[in-house]
Amino acid sequence: MGTLIAGIGTSHVPSIGGAHDRGKQATPAWRPLFDAYVPVREWLKEIKPDVAIMVYNDHGADFFFDKYPTFAVGAADSYAIADEGFGTRPFPAIRGDLQFSQHLCESLVYDEFDITVCQEMRVEHGFLVPMHLCFDHDDTWPVASVPIAVNVLQHPLPTARRCLRLGQAIRRAVDSYPKDIKVVILGTGGMSHQLTGKHFGEMNEAWDQDFLDRIESDPDSLAALTHQEFMERFGAEGIELIMWLVMRGALSAGASRVHRNYYAPMTTGMGLITLEERP
Amino acid sequence: MTTPQRDRSRPINESLVFDLPLSWAGYRINKMCNSLTSPENRAAYQADEEAYLAAYDLSPEQKALVLARDFGGLLDAGANIYFLLKLGVVTGNGLYRMGASMRGETYEQFLATRNDHGAV
Repeated sequence: MGTLIAGIGTSHVPSIGGAHDRGKQATPAWRPLFDAYVPVREWLKEIKPDVAIMVYNDHGADFFFDKYPTFAVGAADSYAIADEGFGTRPFPAIRGDLQFSQHLCESLVYDEFDITVCQEMRVEHGFLVPMHLCFDHDDTWPVASVPIAVNVLQHPLPTARRCLRLGQAIRRAVDSYPKDIKVVILGTGGMSHQLTGKHFGEMNEAWDQDFLDRIESDPDSLAALTHQEFMERFGAEGIELIMWLVMRGALSAGASRVHRNYYAPMTTGMGLITLEERP
Repeated sequence: MTTPQRDRSRPINESLVFDLPLSWAGYRINKMCNSLTSPENRAAYQADEEAYLAAYDLSPEQKALVLARDFGGLLDAGANIYFLLKLGVVTGNGLYRMGASMRGETYEQFLATRNDHGAV
């Protein structure tokens, strides 16, 4: 049967992608970010997941406000790289796991999550930055993926509690999958950032560190927060952090932390946490 | 029972939160920005901005905001920041330049406020 082995919470800041593509990983300003992912990639090579469920948000690369799904789940064997306005980044297409995706969709809907099932999806920095931070690739990726896009752009958004519960439903879907596969789940976005108005660029490291503490040991206290409370702590765009709760909901309460990092050079707190299920 | 998720009497960082009324107000702006996700359309925009905008039926006020590169005004008119970034690409205004103008600072002044502006 399917086994959920680990979860990762990580920022997906687009400038990380730009720094990656320009080969700036070893510069003084970027090393504190990129160096933190070296042991994460090594760890993932050891635990060898078959599938990575990527919980992210689209930033106007594939979805538009004509029809805007709250939760959209990929159900395809491959996902193209999107052009989000500055060209298509040179990555191999994302490999899907069609059979697992179809099982996940069926399980979620019968578990009363009324998702939008997507048989074509193009992915962008929200997906790609965590992907290339966590996995090396050559002409293909070492892991199949299931993209799950969450509406964190156009309020009303799903509540934080709903995100945690989606994670719990994902866990039930993994547990009920008949094939022996190992699954990791990534919750992406944030941390604190405010990208509109005269407070552009404000971050809040104290709240970000508190979030990293709580996502590990007390996620329920985060699920209880309203969007207002999230945005007052983390900024209007920091609301993306609700997606980390999908990841956390899929893990058991006793999952243990392996890595943690925080760096805030410019306008967004860049956080990282990894959690592993005890065997 | 439904828990209210927002308290509109307490604005977030003195800014607007992108919600359904704003999204409706700015729909044509965002639709125009959304079209800039292909290289052909970016080239067409740069070749003849007026003609490009005409195809998206912007109001005169919306069009004036675009031509003035008034990104703060566009946000207030319902543009979404992530869609505005696509307009930034074709007009040479990246996120940090937009942010500096929202703060009433030059780009250089803004960079000087950052923890490490080597990470641009």
